[in-house]
Amino acid sequence: MSWYPLQGYRVVDFGSAWAGPQMAHIMADMGAEVIKVESRNRIDYGRLGGAASAKDLLTKTPEAIAATAPDRLELNPVFHLLNRGKKGITVDFTKPQGADLIRELIRRSDVVADNFTPGVLDKYGLGYESLAAIKPDIIVVSLCFAGHTGPLKGTRGYAPIITALGGLDSVVGYPDESIPCGPRFAYGDHVAATHGALAILIALIHRNRTGEGQYIDISEWEATTSLLGEPLMEYIMNGRIQKPKGNRDPIMAPHGYYPCRGEGQWVSIAVKTEEEWQSFCQAIGNPNLAGDERFVDRYSRLLNQDALDKLVAQWTASYTPFEVTEILQKSGVAAAPFMISKEQYHDPHFRERGIFVEVNHPKNGREVFYGIPWKLSDTPGEVRSSGPLLGQDNEYVFKELLGLSQEDFEHLVEEKVIF
Amino acid sequence: MDNQALSGLKVVEYGSFVSASYCTKLMADMGAEVIRIEEPSKGDESRDYGPFPDDVPNPERSGLFLYLNTDKLGITLNVRTATGKAILGELLKAADVFVENNPPRLTSELGIDYAKLKEVNPRLIVTSITPYGQTGPYRDYKAYAINCCAFGGVSQSIGHYWREPLTAPLSQGHYQAAVSGAGATMVALLARDVTGRGQHIDISEADVWATYHVGFGITIYAFGVKDNLRKGYIGGGWTYPARRVIPCKDGYIALCAPQLKQWVKFVDLMGNPEWIQNPRYRDRHAMEDDYPEEVDALLAPWFLERTKKELFELFEKNAIPFAPLYNMADEVSDQHLSERKFFATLDRAEVGVLKYPGAPYKFSKTPWSLERPAPLLGEHNEEIYCGRLGYSKEDLVALRRAGVI
Repeated sequence: MSWYPLQGYRVVDFGSAWAGPQMAHIMADMGAEVIKVESRNRIDYGRLGGAASAKDLLTKTPEAIAATAPDRLELNPVFHLLNRGKKGITVDFTKPQGADLIRELIRRSDVVADNFTPGVLDKYGLGYESLAAIKPDIIVVSLCFAGHTGPLKGTRGYAPIITALGGLDSVVGYPDESIPCGPRFAYGDHVAATHGALAILIALIHRNRTGEGQYIDISEWEATTSLLGEPLMEYIMNGRIQKPKGNRDPIMAPHGYYPCRGEGQWVSIAVKTEEEWQSFCQAIGNPNLAGDERFVDRYSRLLNQDALDKLVAQWTASYTPFEVTEILQKSGVAAAPFMISKEQYHDPHFRERGIFVEVNHPKNGREVFYGIPWKLSDTPGEVRSSGPLLGQDNEYVFKELLGLSQEDFEHLVEEKVIF
Repeated sequence: MDNQALSGLKVVEYGSFVSASYCTKLMADMGAEVIRIEEPSKGDESRDYGPFPDDVPNPERSGLFLYLNTDKLGITLNVRTATGKAILGELLKAADVFVENNPPRLTSELGIDYAKLKEVNPRLIVTSITPYGQTGPYRDYKAYAINCCAFGGVSQSIGHYWREPLTAPLSQGHYQAAVSGAGATMVALLARDVTGRGQHIDISEADVWATYHVGFGITIYAFGVKDNLRKGYIGGGWTYPARRVIPCKDGYIALCAPQLKQWVKFVDLMGNPEWIQNPRYRDRHAMEDDYPEEVDALLAPWFLERTKKELFELFEKNAIPFAPLYNMADEVSDQHLSERKFFATLDRAEVGVLKYPGAPYKFSKTPWSLERPAPLLGEHNEEIYCGRLGYSKEDLVALRRAGVI
C-alpha cells in the first residue's frame, strides 16, 4: 500500500457547489481523509448542477428530490469529480444532537473547511471560537464571496460575479468591441479553491511547528484581485485604467491566435526576441520578411501588428494547428495548438503525464477526471475514488470513528439526526 | 518577523519573470526567508517590464517586479560560471526549498537539475515550474503564457465562439502555476517531516489549466454530453442570464441568476416591463441558448439610466447576485476592500511610498504581511555572501570583477 503525503490528516468538509469542494478534494488527492458533511435537509446542490439535471433546479429543491427520487442525486459526474476521494456522511447539524456529533468529529480532526455565507456555522455553535474551545489547535478555513468582515461580507455571488467584482473581467475582451468578455469558466472559484488549499497547508506547517491552530478567512474576490499585480500597479503608479487588449502583448509581436486549415482550428504563436523573429521568418519560408522595414525590430512590429497579423494568418491558414506548431517549434519559436477538452483527452503529452484518470462510480460506472497537477516525485498523491454517495460512510464515521453503539446509531437515524 | 506561519523556512529562487517569483512571494509574505537570485548587472526581465511611474523606464521602478518580490532578499549571481554554481550549492546546502522556472534542458546544461541538487542536499525540495513540465513529448517546447492557454484548453472558454479565441491576459497562467507550485511545496514539506527526504516537484502551467480550471470539460466529454465549452456552458440546461454583461451609465454589470426567484425579483425591480409578458421572454432556457443578445437589448435602457454604484446597492439590498465589472480604479477605491485592509503600503528607495495589492487570505494568528519591499539589484549581496557564507569584502570585489556576482 502506498503512503500519501497527507496521510493521517483529517478534514471535515462542509463545502458545497464548486470552490469549497474543490479546495477539499485537493487535500484528498494528497492523502488526507476528507469527510464531506451533508444531510437530506442540506444537500450540496452540486449533486444536481451541470450535466445531469440542471433543469430540475427550476422546479424542485435538492431536498425534495432526495425525498422522492434519491437516485437522481447520485448521477452528476462533475459533482463526483469535485468530491473525489472523500468520505460522505449525512448529519443534520441544525439539531443539537447533530451539532454534538459534528463537534465530536472535529475533536478528532485537523481541519474544518466551509464555504457557507458568513454566520451559518456560528448559528449552530460550530463557529471557530466554539470549536477552538474543544479542539484548541483546530484549523478552520472559511471561504466566501467577499470575506467575513467588511460592509459587503454577506454578499453572495456566483462565479461570474467573482471575476466581475474581482477586476479580471474588465481587462478581458476584444479591443474592437465595447463590452468586455471575461472567462466563461468558473475562474474565481478555482482561484479561491487553490488558494484555500495552500492556506490550509501553510496553517498545518505552522501548527506542526508550534501547536497553534487558527482561523483563516478567504474572500474569493480578494484571492482573484491579488493576481492582478501588473494592472493594479499601473493604476496606483500612473492612474491609468487598463482596458481589454484581446490577444495583444506589450512586448511580443506577433502574438495571438491565428486561423488554421479546418473549421474552428487555431494556433497560438508568440514571438519575443529578435532571434525568435529571425527564426520565425526562416521557418515560414519568407526570410525577406525579417528585412521588411515595417517589422525590422520589436518596436516596428508592435507598431504594425495589424499588417503583421494578416501576413501570419495567411501563412497559418494552409496548415493544421499541429503542423504549424511542429514547424515553428523546430526553429525555436513558441507555438501551440488551440485545444478543446476532447482533443486534450487524446493528446499524447497529457496522456504521458497522467493528466486524466479513470475511476469507477457505483451508479455511473466509468468516469474520467482530471488528474493531479501537483506532481511530487517521492510521495505523489492519487485520485483514490469517485465522489461519495449520500451518507455512504455514516457507519464508519459514527460507529468506528466516534464509537457510537449500534443502538445509539439506529436511534439517531430514527430521530433524523443522522439523516 | 519570526512569529509568522513560515518563519524559519529557507527558500532560494532562481528563475525569471512571473511564475517562480510569485510562487516564492506567496511563501515570503507568510514569513519564509526567500533569497532571490538575479543575473549580475541586468537583473530579472520583470524589471524591464513596467509599469513605471510616469512611464519612465527604470529597472528599479518596475511595478511588476516590485509587486512580485516583496519580502525577499536579493542577490546577484552568475550560475553559468563554475564559481557561481559552487556558491549556489553552498546556498542550497542551507536551504529547505529551491524554486526555479528554467527550461528543463537549461537546468541539465547548468548541472542544477534535481538529480545533481539531491546530492548537494538530500532534504532539499526542488520546485520546478515550466510550461509543459519535466516529462512528456512536448517537454522542451518553447511556450509563453498564451501558448499554455491554448494547449491547456483555457482559451476554449474565453472569447466568442464565432471569433478568434482569447488568451487569459496579464500572465494569469503564470500566477496559477505559482499557486500550485507553492501548494505542492507545502505538501512536500509536510511529507519531509515524516520521511526526512526532500523531493522534486514538477508543475506544468498547461497541466494546471487543463486540470483545476477546465478539466471538468473532460469529465463532461467522457460522459457523452455535448462539449460546448466554447460557448461557455457545459451540457446546456442553463437559464438566462447565465453570464451576461450589460452596459450601464458608467460601466458594465455582470448578470447571473440561476434561481428563478432571483430573476423574478429583478424583473420586479425593473417594474415588470410589458415585454416580459410575451411568452418569448418567459422561456429562460431559450432566452439563454437562442437569443440572449435580444434580451440584453431589452434590458439595456433600464441599465443605461443607472450607475454601477446605484445598481450594485440596489442588487445588494434585494439579494440579487448581480455586480458591476470593477476596473482597477474601482478596486483601489472600494470601501469594502479598504475596511478589510486589502491594500498594503510600503516605502521603498527609488519609488517611495506605494500601495500594493494585499493578502489572498487572512490568517487570524499568523497574518500575511508585507514587511520589506522588493530588493534593489544585489541589495543583499554583502549580507548573504559575507554574513552567511563567510566571504570577505575583498572577495566580493573580486567576485564582482570576475562577473560572478
